Amino acid sequence: MGTKDNSAYWSANKRLIFFCLAVWAFVSFGMGILFRPFLKDISIGGADLGFWMAQQGSIYVFLFIIFFYAFAMNRLDRKFGVNE
Amino acid sequence: MSQYAINMIFVLGSFGIYFGIAVWARAGSTSEFYAAGRGVHPVVNGMATAADWMSAASFISMAGLIAGLGYAASPFLMGWTGGYVLLALLLAPYLRKFGKFTVPEFIGDRFYSNTARTVAVVCLIIASLTYVLGQMTGVGVAFSRFLEVDKSIGIWIGAAIVVFYAVLGGMKGVTYTQVAQYVVLIIAYSIPAIFISLNLTGNFFPQIGLIGDVESGKSLLAELNALITELGFKSYTDPGTSQFTLVLYTLSLMIGTAGLPHVIIRFFTVPKVSDARWSAGWALLFIALLYTQASAVGAMARYNVTETIYPGGDTSSPIRFDDRPQWMKNWEVTGLLKFEDKNNDGLINYTGDKATNELDVNRDIITLANPEIANLPAWVIGLIAAGGIAAALSTAAGLLLAISSAVSHDLIKAQINPGISEKGELMWARISMVVTIVFATYIASLGLPLAAQTVALAFGLAAASIFPALMMGIFSKRINNVGAIAGMLAGISTTLLYIFLHKGWFFIASTAVVTDGPLIPHVPDTAFGAIGALINFVVAVVVSNATKEPPAEIQELVESVRVPAGAGAAVGH
Repeated sequence: MGTKDNSAYWSANKRLIFFCLAVWAFVSFGMGILFRPFLKDISIGGADLGFWMAQQGSIYVFLFIIFFYAFAMNRLDRKFGVNE
Repeated sequence: MSQYAINMIFVLGSFGIYFGIAVWARAGSTSEFYAAGRGVHPVVNGMATAADWMSAASFISMAGLIAGLGYAASPFLMGWTGGYVLLALLLAPYLRKFGKFTVPEFIGDRFYSNTARTVAVVCLIIASLTYVLGQMTGVGVAFSRFLEVDKSIGIWIGAAIVVFYAVLGGMKGVTYTQVAQYVVLIIAYSIPAIFISLNLTGNFFPQIGLIGDVESGKSLLAELNALITELGFKSYTDPGTSQFTLVLYTLSLMIGTAGLPHVIIRFFTVPKVSDARWSAGWALLFIALLYTQASAVGAMARYNVTETIYPGGDTSSPIRFDDRPQWMKNWEVTGLLKFEDKNNDGLINYTGDKATNELDVNRDIITLANPEIANLPAWVIGLIAAGGIAAALSTAAGLLLAISSAVSHDLIKAQINPGISEKGELMWARISMVVTIVFATYIASLGLPLAAQTVALAFGLAAASIFPALMMGIFSKRINNVGAIAGMLAGISTTLLYIFLHKGWFFIASTAVVTDGPLIPHVPDTAFGAIGALINFVVAVVVSNATKEPPAEIQELVESVRVPAGAGAAVGH
């Protein structure tokens, strides 16, 4: 296996990580804290959406991100022939 | 049967299970002792990681903290779960590919330096040891409340049990004991939460109950906000602090979570790199089962306590002190719930104004008192006792493993006596484990009020030292030995300094220099970890770029940890 294959694999991995971390930051620091004032008109169960994201929603998205990453990386591993 | 006898049956019954597992899963080799022979199924490892991670703080303190702080407690919820995203994406798969036994071992090899390895060992020991102290204190509290033994005796009983199964079984024994402990603690947490949600909102799932309606037909959160603001408390959904502080605090807890060695080493136990990725997801799933309930339990407990004092939500007529429910009487004995009739009217005036408020409820009792508040049967209280002890013991065992493997593997085998036999190394691992627990238990039995401060220190240290070194070791080929060492030292020392300035040198409160608000505006000492991590990153990059590039074989090592293929071969030791 040449070095060139690995660098393409690594770049693809880094792009995926960047995308996942952008979602990670958006739901927690974004919707849960910084953008909360802008979401105050959207109500969920008697409180604003920002409150729900900070106490419930972000955790569900984190879970989704990790399983999505594991699934996407398995495909990437096979595509580049670096799977175990 | 008395409540005491029921508690005894549940606690001793759970100990019986842990003993059985310990005997069944004895460790015979260093690979079994350090990494459970690398044969742990990812779902099993996820469950063990969840028990490893969720400590006495998560089980006993968190719901009470949320009940008291409301929205302002969100950094704990997001921070302690969001850290798993960093762990799964940035560390776990690559460290599993590296295929060795300890965190300092990776740092030593990647930065081709025994000094780097020793610095990592020191960070690991300080962070983990302070964390163990908090766990042993938690064990003491649970024992003294439920089994009515003296707190310091309770701590020693807990220590004896951990030593028995951790020393005998190592990682293998601890893994399977933690699985059992997870089952005990999640059942113990969920049953009262489900009952309370059903009583209050009619929803089976507390997560739905949180956004559900109470009897009056109005939503729980709106009703709670109306009730407590009328009493002069801050609104439950109010931010309470600046957005900057919330972001920094959340980020510090996330980075700290991903950098705590006792969690990282759990991912060395799975067979493959792809298993490490999946396993992080399973771990977070099992953790989320408790954490998403905690935010619901917090809001419901706050509502229940307020409603108990002001029946029907009528804020003009609190109940008479003589008519208070049994659970309040039970907790008065412990001193964690206090009533002082300031205006001598015989009523419990529970308000947000410190001058007229007459009821003081310690936040730590919320989870433990929940079954009593909701009038649940006696066996649920016994279950809560077993659950609290399981949460503390499982985390203590994981921390002991991280410490003992660093001592026997990274200090004794790597630096003091490289020719040591596998049997000798195993013996040293067990000896250092016993020494650590005896030391930690002794300190904890002195009754020092350490829990909260030391947990903050553990997270701050892990965030400022270990996480950046690991991440740069994987994602950069340019960071060299001097850069990594300088970065770790700069990160830890600034974080330690900042904490000590506020909390006093070595936590002796009277020596605190800064007492009126944080030194840097909006940066409390508990949230400094993220800044410590940033300092670590910057120093490491600057110093590395000013000094020599790492040798070719190190750059090859970095290349090899980045691809999953060949993980099996790297296991050979």
